Amino acid sequence: MVAAFPEPDFCTNLMHSGGSRLEAIFGSARGIDSIPMLSLGSLDLKQRIATRLVTPEIEALVASIPKPLGSFGYDPWGYNEDTFKVALGAARLLYDHYFRVTAHGLENIPSEGRVLIVGNHSGQLPMDGALVGVAAATNPFGPRLARAMIERFFPTVPWLGNFLNALGGVIGDPVNCSKMLDMDEAIIVFPEGVRGSGKLYKKRYQLQRFGNGFMHLAMNHRAPIVPVGIVGCEETMPALANLSPIAKLLGLPYLPIVPSLLPLPARVYLNFGKPMHFSPAASEAEVTERVEDVKAELRTLIQAGLAERTSIY
Amino acid sequence: MATKTSTRKSAEAKKTVLVTGAAGSLAKRVIAKLHGRYNVIAVDFRRKVETDAGIPSYLVELHKRGFEDIFAEHRIDAVIHIGRIFAHEKTRQQRYNANVLGCKKLLELCRKYKVGQVIIHSTYFVYGASAYNPALIDEDAPLKASEVTQDLVDSVELESLANIYLWKHPELNITILRPCNVLGPGVRNSMSILLSRSLVPVLLGFSPLMQFLHVDDMSEAMVLAFEQNKPGIYNVAPDDYVPYQEAVNQCGCRKLPVLSVPPSLPKLVATMLNWNAFFPPYLINYFKYPVILDGQRFRDTFGWKPRRNLNDIFTYYRKQKLVATG
Repeated sequence: MVAAFPEPDFCTNLMHSGGSRLEAIFGSARGIDSIPMLSLGSLDLKQRIATRLVTPEIEALVASIPKPLGSFGYDPWGYNEDTFKVALGAARLLYDHYFRVTAHGLENIPSEGRVLIVGNHSGQLPMDGALVGVAAATNPFGPRLARAMIERFFPTVPWLGNFLNALGGVIGDPVNCSKMLDMDEAIIVFPEGVRGSGKLYKKRYQLQRFGNGFMHLAMNHRAPIVPVGIVGCEETMPALANLSPIAKLLGLPYLPIVPSLLPLPARVYLNFGKPMHFSPAASEAEVTERVEDVKAELRTLIQAGLAERTSIY
Repeated sequence: MATKTSTRKSAEAKKTVLVTGAAGSLAKRVIAKLHGRYNVIAVDFRRKVETDAGIPSYLVELHKRGFEDIFAEHRIDAVIHIGRIFAHEKTRQQRYNANVLGCKKLLELCRKYKVGQVIIHSTYFVYGASAYNPALIDEDAPLKASEVTQDLVDSVELESLANIYLWKHPELNITILRPCNVLGPGVRNSMSILLSRSLVPVLLGFSPLMQFLHVDDMSEAMVLAFEQNKPGIYNVAPDDYVPYQEAVNQCGCRKLPVLSVPPSLPKLVATMLNWNAFFPPYLINYFKYPVILDGQRFRDTFGWKPRRNLNDIFTYYRKQKLVATG
């Protein structure tokens, strides 16, 4: 049985090429003696896929992202560079060829230092967050790892929780945001939360209620807000109705009726606005006013995207 | 004659430090570091510890009356309280008596005999492992372990007790240290016993990030906390992180995958197979969700930095297995 395991030098090669990380992502069957052959075959396939996805360009981009990591390549929230590279390689293909993203104003994302990237949320699945993440990571003006805030139930889902963490996703806890801003990270925030992502198609491009939390974070940590108007994600998964009683039973935030379970190939337009700076406010009413300023800016950016769009799909 | 007097004088000038849990690996190292510079008294409830010449050693349970005699006999300046019963060692009741009531007795005696400083060794378990935990938990975060399991109530209560004394009796100069997983030669906590094994349970689909500290670094941290005397509560952890399953690989263990859904299943498996010593049912959540400490306050306040990295720590467990297999 032992002879069927990969030879040591093969393992070493895997380690160097990020194969061990792959094993961590997709799970490994090495502990189970009965199926080592299967494990060898699938590992080989995974490695080949990884080599295809992690192009030299992706390698160079990720290498140039300023990000301190521990001795095993992890940060305190579980971000892992090797996993991120593979996912970025895959997401880049979707970004370029499936959603055919057009991004403007990428120069507005600071190449270093703390920043909150604030966008309008839509499309049931968080495709918008992923696409903004790819735009930031492949930004020609200086790639950034932009961290997405994930729903609180994700860490309880086997594999998915660890996987999202490895990609830089972090549960949307104010303590996490504070610490990350202190460490000069870039964070993607959708202040509408599930109100935005779960809204029905008839409400497309209408901003839902914004929480004020992001503005407090920006003010307290003196972090600029870069608004991003996202156009196209509404059409990737247009929801006709929301089966909220069933969703409640299943413990899900919403359960939409959609024409397709996979996101439709809508063209996506990302318009990044100029960084907005806010000094501490005297009252909550003043904070709400500032949130309105951000919403107004977002509406302008969304309109720009809609005006630019000539074809939905 | 003159030298004799000066020796005696310097012996008198030396502070006297009582160290509890002296039979454990961490306390042994602390004692070795203090020996010579201070008068050390070793105490343990498990057995009378063999010590170097000049170190009095006692076998006594903290919550029993005999403990006071030590305070009456020696003029104790400081106490380093390391000794605690781990959950796998005794029943919940016995543990409560020894850990919580024992600590209360200790703190009361410290007041009565005017001990000027107390260092208390706590654990990161007190924060509780939950899916909602933010990373880099700092010392002000609520202690949610008792929400996770009744078996950690004694750890949380010990802390609350120490906390009350910390604010109520500032003359005790209490320092509470909450270390992450401490590993290394001789360490007998559940994580160390676990990683010493060749076959180690892992929960399918969960590999929480963890922090590990070498027992030598922890003993240095305790000695620094004693010598610099800056009362307060501190996390003791490095700024390096590794997922549990990677640590298992690095320690040369084989993985035994355990189904993680439904959540009660791994608890049931751990109970049925009596994995109390190394994968206890009440710690399952710590193998599922991360509890990552922010150790910056301790590092900055005491100018401490761990000197052994993760690889140094794991190498010990890897080598141990190589030696065992011959």
